Amino acid sequence: MSETAIPYMVKPHPVTGIPNGKLGIWLFLASEVMLFGALFSSYVLIRTGMPHWPPEGGLSSEVLNVPLGTFNTAVLITSSITMVLAWASCKMGSLPKFRSWMGATVFLALVFLVVKYFEYSDKFHHEHFPSHDNFYAVYFVLTGLHGLHIVGGIIVNTYLLTAGSKMWQTDPEHFTNRVENAGLYWHFVDLVWIFLFPSLYLL
Amino acid sequence: MAETTEHEDVSKHMGKYYVVFVALLCLTAVTVGVSYLHLKRPLAITVALIIASVKAGLVAAVFMHLISERKVIYAVLILTALFFIVLLALPNLTTFEHHSGMPGT
Repeated sequence: MSETAIPYMVKPHPVTGIPNGKLGIWLFLASEVMLFGALFSSYVLIRTGMPHWPPEGGLSSEVLNVPLGTFNTAVLITSSITMVLAWASCKMGSLPKFRSWMGATVFLALVFLVVKYFEYSDKFHHEHFPSHDNFYAVYFVLTGLHGLHIVGGIIVNTYLLTAGSKMWQTDPEHFTNRVENAGLYWHFVDLVWIFLFPSLYLL
Repeated sequence: MAETTEHEDVSKHMGKYYVVFVALLCLTAVTVGVSYLHLKRPLAITVALIIASVKAGLVAAVFMHLISERKVIYAVLILTALFFIVLLALPNLTTFEHHSGMPGT
């Protein structure tokens, strides 16, 4: 098996100075910046081309639910610090603490999705589907893609919390690096929301 | 032992993580508060984007440890930033071409 294993997952690669997994996740995040960047750029283009935004009149803050959006922002920020604490617990050698903080991270991610579900179903209830107008098209595409990233994070973090944590017994350093990489991704998802929330809900 | 110093290293940073957490929550409150002032659009966009950039900077620098990262990651991010700026400028570039009356083909 050893010859098929990816090298330098624990020790830093002599050329880059970092483990391969970490370089890999940063390259992935760079591609994610371009993905969200393209959609954000489209949003700016669509919005500046409209005489009024939202097209039906009023303000974005009147069309979308600002208290729920604010609450969800706080939820994601909190999940970011619980993620950092999960990684720090690994660094300090405590698997039980890791389990608590990672459990909290997954729980908060689920809270975010539940809130989003209520926001979406309220819009659908009023027959405001993505096809309604440009405002809802942009809103659903951007928050929908972000929501899919939350789902992805939940899957990875749940794996690390359950079956994946077996690695702690055999190779704790490698496991800690995996948690760090999952954390980098998770903070990025938080970071995207930090821009989405004001630009969709408040402006 | 190397491991012991690493433990101390992480525990030294814990305070910083909590400070950033509180700062992020406060900045969220500020950005929502400012939106109720109904500032003129250009000013409102500037203020909201400045606050969001500060928050993003805090997350990237402290939670993602960019403040003490290796050169190779900075190189990747500088390249990404360049392409990102081009991407955001694309709508403007199309407008420029339109006004200058350059032949499309």
